[in-house]
Amino acid sequence: AIGQHTREHGVSAALKQGQITPTELCQKCLSLIKKTKFLNAYITVSEEVALKQAEESEKRYKNGQPLGDLDGIPIAVKDNFSTSGIETTCASNMLKGYVPPYNATVVQKLLDQGALLMGKTNLDEFAMGSGSTDGVFGPVKNPWSYSKQYREKRKQNPHSKSGDSDWLITGGSSGGSAAAVSAFTCYAALGSDTGGSTRNPAAHCGLVGFKPSYGLVSRHGLIPLVNSMDVPGILTRCVDDAAMVLGVLAGHDPKDSTTVHDPINKPLVLSSLADVSKLCIGIPKEYLVPELSSEIQSLWSRAADLFESEGAKVIEVSLPHTSYSIVCYHVLCTSEVASNMARFDGLQYGHRCDIDVSTEAMYAATRREGFNDVVRGRILSGNFFLLKENYENYFVKAQKVRRLIADDFVNAFNSGVDVLLTPTTLSEAVPYLEFIKEDNRTRSAQDDIFTQPVNMAGLPAVSIPVALSNQGLPIGLQFIGRAFYDQQLLTVAKWFEKQVQFPVIQLQELMDDCSAILENEKLASVSLKQ
Amino acid sequence: MWARALWLGLRTPLGGPRGFTSKTDPQGSGRITAEMIEHLERLALVDFGSREAVARLEKAIAFADRLRAVDTDGVEPMESVLEDRCLYLRSDNVVEGNCADELLQNSHRVVEEYFVAPPGNIPLPKLDEQEPFPHS
Repeated sequence: AIGQHTREHGVSAALKQGQITPTELCQKCLSLIKKTKFLNAYITVSEEVALKQAEESEKRYKNGQPLGDLDGIPIAVKDNFSTSGIETTCASNMLKGYVPPYNATVVQKLLDQGALLMGKTNLDEFAMGSGSTDGVFGPVKNPWSYSKQYREKRKQNPHSKSGDSDWLITGGSSGGSAAAVSAFTCYAALGSDTGGSTRNPAAHCGLVGFKPSYGLVSRHGLIPLVNSMDVPGILTRCVDDAAMVLGVLAGHDPKDSTTVHDPINKPLVLSSLADVSKLCIGIPKEYLVPELSSEIQSLWSRAADLFESEGAKVIEVSLPHTSYSIVCYHVLCTSEVASNMARFDGLQYGHRCDIDVSTEAMYAATRREGFNDVVRGRILSGNFFLLKENYENYFVKAQKVRRLIADDFVNAFNSGVDVLLTPTTLSEAVPYLEFIKEDNRTRSAQDDIFTQPVNMAGLPAVSIPVALSNQGLPIGLQFIGRAFYDQQLLTVAKWFEKQVQFPVIQLQELMDDCSAILENEKLASVSLKQ
Repeated sequence: MWARALWLGLRTPLGGPRGFTSKTDPQGSGRITAEMIEHLERLALVDFGSREAVARLEKAIAFADRLRAVDTDGVEPMESVLEDRCLYLRSDNVVEGNCADELLQNSHRVVEEYFVAPPGNIPLPKLDEQEPFPHS
């Protein structure tokens, strides 16, 4: 892999050249995890496992035989991916104490490349939510709440951790993974993306949040939410790193029959676009909604101008069924959830209540005790839409609307557009106290508005951090590509990333004795950021 | 359950023993009847638990009703975005298994190689037979 390039790559090169050992890197990240414990990004920190993996990685480097660019690189995994021997909870009472006997395929692929598993990250319970606030282990705090950039704008003492009540959400549901990467505790993290759960927190935490095409990456071992829309997502600090991880994860899996057989370049290395003059960027007009913050609207417009000034063709397109997308998603999502959650009955795994009167009574009580209100609410809604008398009018109707939405995208791409450019979120990250004023379903309906149509159509999409808001908080924009054109999409994203030069989060005040990771920006990414 | 107390209490003044509107009233306000609550709870094996939960379902239904405005004449339902491809079928060979011990370890109640379940075929008590909901 690395042998195919003469160019050096960030921390990967440092490991190969012996400038730092996997054990040192692992220990630095573990130390950062401890220092940032207040963020509540991790549910389980697998310290012993990581150190053992680091030891093995070190042996390989000493013998000059690393497994690849990811050998010895700390990563984190969202806690809805099964990890063998490591508790997997989905942030729910239903799975507290559940230890899977197998690894999700994507986890296995990362481990086979020598990556170090730092831990399992926090999320909304069963990945239902857009704030990472509704899990049983509590909400995740956005590291940007403690950044110099944010604190200075609020004229607060950057050294003070008190007055913490106004901390910001990470977005969700992969908020723990986002916080873990954003706070430098790992180099990449797995999230999941069903309606935007990887892209949303990426935008709020200033990260690259990539959603692959449906069918490109195996879902085996990803505890399912909506089988027809779920995909594993990748969170990193730069596009090249996301591409590197995608290269490892993508590919047919015999254990997931919804993965395609298309060939993928391995390793996946993105070329640098010399110019964008052959590119056509589409701007969907229906995405300009009144609720979109003026700052994001302005950045979106400036991004379009940037492409145009560099020679790309930028045209307005129409996705006429956009306003129905969130409703359609709501029906399909709750319906699939109703089915998927039926497996949790306390018999073979997970929580089991004490009632022994009858199977039905045991199931009912187990599920009452195990699931939170959000999960139960979606199960009940889904069951309503699936009732015989409602099936045609709700579920099948939604499936028809889904086709219309997917066709909208196909039509846009067929009109000559290579990539669509849209906002990722309506606004920057909001304070937790403000976020919880509305319930989960309302929030999800609002926050997922730009991201979930992509899941309905199964397309690849990526959120790229663009600039800081007036409050000093990250704002991201989303690129959407044609199905299975993931590499091309990331290539455009990489070009854009280089143009905008998003600033590094300044968290030094909180971390007294500095780790080399923060001092030396070269080590911030797996690949060298250009 | 709480539902019994609520609906029985309101039943008389509003007339009719089954609540405000029928289950499938397409023009209705989407109010959920006591029958519907019981039916859904039995199907889902999950209870509403509170008045707010029922209200949330009503809002969810009202939200879903917006789909009626979309013209879907002649449109086929889409089940999978990969509908144009053949589903991959692997060969019918056993490649893994023999992990009964590992799997049994995850259960709370096991006897030898059996998962232990309470007696089946005992339906949940009907709404009328239950105590007003103790959990809300």
